[in-house]
Amino acid sequence: MTDPLLEVRNLRVAYPSAHGYSDALRGISFTLGREKLGIVGESGSGKSTAGRAIMRLLPPKARVTADALRLSGFDLLGASERQMRDIRGGRIAMILQDPRYALNPLKTVGAQIMESYRIHIKGSRAEARDRMLAMLEDVRIRDPQRVTGLYPHELSGGMGQRVMIAMMLIPSPKLVIADEPTSALDVTVRGQILDVLNERVEAQGAGLILISHDLPLVSDFCDRVLVMYGGQIMEELAAHDLSQASHPYTIALNASLPPLDHAVDELIVPEYDPTWLTEATE
Amino acid sequence: MSAGDLANSVSSNRSASSMRWGRAAREFLKTAASVSVTILGLLALTFFIGRLLPLDPVLAILGDDASQEAYERMVIKLGLDKPMWEQFITYLWNSLHFDFGMSLTSGKPVTEDILRVFPATLELATVAMILGTGLGIPLGVLAAANRDTWIDQVVRVISLIGYSAPIFWLGLLGLVVFYAGLGWVGAPGRIDIVYQYDLETRTGLYLIDSLLAGRLDIFADVFGRIVMPAAILAYGAMAYISRMTRSFMLEQLSQEYIIAAQAKGASRLSVVWGHAFPNIAVQLVTVVALSYAFLLEGAVLTETVFAWPGFGRYLTTALLRADMNAVLGCTLIVGLIFITLNLLSDVFYRIFDPRTR
Amino acid sequence: MTDTPVMQPRGSLREWLRAPTASSPRQARAQAVWRGWQRLITNRAAFAGLIVLLILVTLAVVGPWLTPYSVMGQDLSVRLQPPSAQHLLGTDDLGRDILTRILYGARITLMMAALVAVIAGPIGLAVGATAGYLGGWFDIVAMRLVDVFLSFPSLILALAFVAALGPGIENAVIAISLSAWPPIARLARAEALTVRKSDYIAAARLQGASPMRLIMKHVMPICLPSVVVRVTLNMAGIILTAAGLGFLGLGAQPPSPEWGAMLASGRQFMLTSWWLAATPGAAIMLVSLSFNLLGDGLRDVLDPRND
Repeated sequence: MTDPLLEVRNLRVAYPSAHGYSDALRGISFTLGREKLGIVGESGSGKSTAGRAIMRLLPPKARVTADALRLSGFDLLGASERQMRDIRGGRIAMILQDPRYALNPLKTVGAQIMESYRIHIKGSRAEARDRMLAMLEDVRIRDPQRVTGLYPHELSGGMGQRVMIAMMLIPSPKLVIADEPTSALDVTVRGQILDVLNERVEAQGAGLILISHDLPLVSDFCDRVLVMYGGQIMEELAAHDLSQASHPYTIALNASLPPLDHAVDELIVPEYDPTWLTEATE
Repeated sequence: MSAGDLANSVSSNRSASSMRWGRAAREFLKTAASVSVTILGLLALTFFIGRLLPLDPVLAILGDDASQEAYERMVIKLGLDKPMWEQFITYLWNSLHFDFGMSLTSGKPVTEDILRVFPATLELATVAMILGTGLGIPLGVLAAANRDTWIDQVVRVISLIGYSAPIFWLGLLGLVVFYAGLGWVGAPGRIDIVYQYDLETRTGLYLIDSLLAGRLDIFADVFGRIVMPAAILAYGAMAYISRMTRSFMLEQLSQEYIIAAQAKGASRLSVVWGHAFPNIAVQLVTVVALSYAFLLEGAVLTETVFAWPGFGRYLTTALLRADMNAVLGCTLIVGLIFITLNLLSDVFYRIFDPRTR
Repeated sequence: MTDTPVMQPRGSLREWLRAPTASSPRQARAQAVWRGWQRLITNRAAFAGLIVLLILVTLAVVGPWLTPYSVMGQDLSVRLQPPSAQHLLGTDDLGRDILTRILYGARITLMMAALVAVIAGPIGLAVGATAGYLGGWFDIVAMRLVDVFLSFPSLILALAFVAALGPGIENAVIAISLSAWPPIARLARAEALTVRKSDYIAAARLQGASPMRLIMKHVMPICLPSVVVRVTLNMAGIILTAAGLGFLGLGAQPPSPEWGAMLASGRQFMLTSWWLAATPGAAIMLVSLSFNLLGDGLRDVLDPRND
């Protein structure tokens, strides 16, 4: 039997606080193949923490434990910092939310994409440059030659996010973690960015974790969805079944969306039940 | 042709750049106006200190037992019988021509004196600045990159002591330990009396002059003497620079683009020095410029301790003899240097930060 | 208002301060102060600074009763004695006990620092709060003035003032105050700008309060906490400037036991009798280090973003 692309078992993250440790992630487990997995939840549910924990990008004071955290059988928690550097970017890529903050303001677009390539793939500058230009075309940037020389503040939001996708996917990673990749963008370009992302991920045969608070987006885009709340997975279900969810939290989340077919005076705010947090604990 | 036509007829790139120049020109005028007002204020302040405070300038020149007649002659000679506003206009006019009057101590024009002593201080401050910046920046970066570890604590203690220790005391201790005790550094003073008239001064900076003259023996003497006072001055600058560097770096290291760089697989070294550090370079220039100006303050005390014949000692000597022309001339010069350095770092900021281009 | 009695047994006061939700504004304020205090004393460096300062203040007050020697009494038979059981820090060139002089010097230094704080603090606060609240030409003129003052390193400006006023402790205090108020004014103005548009100011104005009253009763109290922190942080610099003036012979004059002046007169014996100059310098550093530590701690407590 082959190992799944990503195996997460009982992943926990805690931060030191005034009273011992406080949990940010309370034991989540899932596996991922070459598929598109959505993680939804409101802010503070731990979905971004999960993404960063997988890449071991949490601040040093965070305490991360898991029964298993493996990428194609390779133990991520036991890996050295040196090994992690090859994995970050090379095997697992991360798309961050807002290109205005996630691109280095002082480096040109071309330099940032080429850096990404050259960290993981040996070769000449000229090769890196050719690959970078090709990659910019792949993410459907019209005039790559010109864009290469631009600084991040000269890009529109949509262009910035294409550049980010190019930068993160240029070393052909096997797993892509996209953390709210469209939330900072205009509604009009969101679809295009997701198309580009989807196209690249499929072309490279990679697995994708899409972290979002946007239920309809996730159910459209992904194959499978994890619903998170309070650092735990409430429910796991196929994306097209999201509307038939059984867990009360998911139902509440669904109900809180504004309906498109009729106006409502007041949106429903999900009501929380503290027992959700205890029942999932093994 | 209207501006709109112009914009249409040339490429969009050009019109953006001409707009940028328009903005730059406006900014420049605004800065120039604000600097002129500050300089005017500076002059008013020194005038106020010189004329309105209790010390009688006439008695300062003539001494307490001057005759009534001599006193009145001096009043007229100094223009003190004129109305205050006229005195101020005269003062403005003279100051703008760098005419600060005659020094009582040396009997020469204050400007000439300042030009004579300034290279000594410039040399001292520059060596101190190179040391302070060269050590302060790496220490600050190191502390930020290793936040809350023992490295951070050590850097913090080093800079706290630099903030807290009186510089003249450090200088005296340095002399006792490294000159009298260990004999590692040269005696107080800038150059051995033997070499004093031997060295052709082209730049006024003895380290450079001795090299230009090919006199390594003089260079060694001058270097041995400048090391200690420069190191003492540098310590204060280093404390300030390392602390500012640390706080700028901490701000950058918490940015999203740092997470992005780590997610790309960049090494720790590349994240800290390649990604975060260039983003603080512009802020650092301001800090370095500012601490250069503060070195003048340190120089006043350090030069007294090390018998350094520079600006600071000239100022203290003038102070002790109530030589107001010299004191106010020096004060004004320090203010002007301060404003100039601020202005330069502002210009640098506009030129080198792509976000302001 | 509140049914919590003011005087309470110790245990319940602690509970009152730690209650998860405050039941009255007074309790909320007390809890905020309590939490700040807790943060301050868990910051070991700041706590150490505070303790050292308290000890120094105590020593400065009771010092004269602790030592058998007089501060001015000369005894040439014991001049330039190294530290010993009789003279813990040795004696100076006139046979005066250095420890005694350091203790008396602490009075002068702390008094000078306190006077500067009491002069420069309120001036800065008043100018800054008024400029920030009134705006307009007063603001422009005041801030230009601040800019001009800030164009000088503080020691240089203090030197120029002392040169005109003449040397001496009082003049040194005036000179340092004159160079210390501008940064405080700038800070107070920034604080005042944030509150001038707020509703409660508008409400007070509608009730007919005069600008003077508004500034005194409503704007200045808001600016006060940050001004206090700033003054604490500046205290180290003030002490160094005062000592520098003394060292240059422009502050306190010998035979005053002011530390900077002691250092200056001990300087000529530096190579043979190091303790003459070393001890007052160490005292200056101790005080300014304590203020720096305390100031850093206070800033962390009042601005949690800094941690």
